[in-house]
Amino acid sequence: MRAFTYERAETPQQAAMAAASTDHARFIAGGTNLLDLMKIEVETPAHLVDVNGLGLDTIENTDDGGLRVGALVRNTDLAADPRVRRDYGVLSRALVAGASGQLRNKATTGGNLLQRTRCPYFYDTNMPCNKRRPGTGCAALEGFSRQLAIIGGSEHCIATHPSDMAVAMRLLDAEVETVLPNGNTRAIPIADFHRLPGDTPQIDSALIPGEFITAVTLPRPLGGKHFYHKVRDRASYAFALVSVAAVIQPDGGGRVALGGVAPKPWRREDADAALPRGAKAVMARLLDGAEPTHENRFKVNLAERTLAAVLAEAKE
Amino acid sequence: MSQHSRFKITRRALMIVGAASAASLGLPRLATAGRDGESPTSAPAADDKAATAEVAFTVNGVPRRFTADTRLTLLDALREQLQLTGTKKGCDHGQCGACTVMVNGRRVNACLSLAVMHEGDEITTVEGLGTPDNLDPMQAAFIEHDGYQCGYCTPGQICSAKATLEEIRAGVPSHVTADLNAPMKVTPEEIRERMSGNICRCGAYANILDAVQDVAGGQS
Ligand SMILES: Cc1cc2nc3c(=O)[nH]c(=O)nc-3n(C[C@H](O)[C@H](O)[C@H](O)COP(=O)(O)OP(=O)(O)OC[C@H]3O[C@@H](n4cnc5c(N)ncnc54)[C@H](O)[C@@H]3O)c2cc1C
Ligand code: SF4
Ligand code: FES
Ligand code: FES
Repeated sequence: MRAFTYERAETPQQAAMAAASTDHARFIAGGTNLLDLMKIEVETPAHLVDVNGLGLDTIENTDDGGLRVGALVRNTDLAADPRVRRDYGVLSRALVAGASGQLRNKATTGGNLLQRTRCPYFYDTNMPCNKRRPGTGCAALEGFSRQLAIIGGSEHCIATHPSDMAVAMRLLDAEVETVLPNGNTRAIPIADFHRLPGDTPQIDSALIPGEFITAVTLPRPLGGKHFYHKVRDRASYAFALVSVAAVIQPDGGGRVALGGVAPKPWRREDADAALPRGAKAVMARLLDGAEPTHENRFKVNLAERTLAAVLAEAKE
Repeated sequence: MSQHSRFKITRRALMIVGAASAASLGLPRLATAGRDGESPTSAPAADDKAATAEVAFTVNGVPRRFTADTRLTLLDALREQLQLTGTKKGCDHGQCGACTVMVNGRRVNACLSLAVMHEGDEITTVEGLGTPDNLDPMQAAFIEHDGYQCGYCTPGQICSAKATLEEIRAGVPSHVTADLNAPMKVTPEEIRERMSGNICRCGAYANILDAVQDVAGGQS
């Protein structure tokens, strides 16, 4: 691990200012992704801004009937909140499908959204990777791509976003609230929060340098039946090959989002409209334009079958 | 490519990561220079020189305070600095659970946490749960049910097992919880899922499950 200086932020804006005004600074929340990457020197910050003392660890009701989740709320506490379990079951399910009990006790709402890809070449500093070192090339295109994206990638990067929680938040149309180094605040719709790689795969999100997440807001509950089906190589404690988040209403309508297939949680509102006509009709739109590799072609079928299983369960 | 050879490659990739991390771990030297104890900001790390900061937390009821390299993990602080070697280092990357300790009553992976981030925290390690002549019921159950072979994963398993039962009691759902809104139950399926962050390479899982169920039965 490279040496770094360390400070504890006192307010969110001070955290943002400290991160913006210090070279190579990073916020550290749970640390479960950042420290992992610092140990193998994929991340080499020169300064850490510890944000754990800021509070921001409560879940409050909003005026329009939704919830405001503080950025430092731990994954365990978000999954266990009685309001989340009752009204946003898909979020609770997505959270407990990820990582382990120990990790969820530390992992935060903000950190989970910003966790980096699990592409094996991103982790292997001996290999070319445009996301880790822009301009070096992408080892995955010619390499092992079984876990990687089938849609939304580019000739520069086909990494997937690994978060389960983010898929549920995309389904729910959450908004990410931030504070900028100049003290201004903004709310970013989750659909615009994660980026597609294009020719700058090193940039994962819409945040500008120093911008700090203070909360994620959930709109009022959708009702319906909530599902998060995650398909992976082990029954527990593994990242998704494919995951399906869905809310299905009594009339067969609803929403669907996919994890494990794209550089960001994958949802198309026009595909939602096809739900009453079944999984094949939804996937025809949702995965329109997919460009799987020979190794991950199976994800196209797997996504459709996983959604079909969800729709069958919704009818029970 | 066959499923078999793909699996091998995945393992190889993991090994590379493991080797890289072991090399880069050529461990941060602990600075011993006295510094302003209350300062929340570390001394500078110019030109990749170690920065130090004051660390102060309580371990098994004993207050501890020392100056450490900012890179020191909680795990290395416990093992190397405080000589509490009950907590084990398996992967050093959050993947095996050998380093599981309780921080303010909640289980966490000590390898993915910095010592400096634990100012004021109360940490409990396996040494703090019980002693050979005054065992915690979970420690006693692991002995009775032979919940280990080599014993390397055991301290983490025991901390995790205690937390598992507490989390079920507190209403924290798991991936296998059928109804998110009904009272949570202690079932073999729930215990297995909630213990999945603790790997045992000796494969003592069946006996670990017996031990945890035994303690759960005694509590209900
Ligand atoms: C073995 C293992 C298995 C895992 N399995 C899964 C899984 O199956 N599914 C899954 O979804 N995840 C999984 N994870 C990932 C885990 O969910 C993330 O590591 C965790 O959510 C990150 O949160 P954190 O608070 O620890 O983030 P940190 O490590 O503290 O931070 C991550 C990044 O976010 C930035 N950041 C943090 N908070 C803020 C903020 N408020 N504003 C701006 N920037 C911020 C940091 O600067 C850093 O760049 C796994 C992790 C491990 C180690
Ligand atoms: S897919 Fe992206 S993260 Fe993976 S090697 Fe290519 S550029 Fe790097
Ligand atoms: S040593 Fe911490 S999880 Fe393996
Ligand atoms: S008893 Fe040997 S690793 Fe579990």
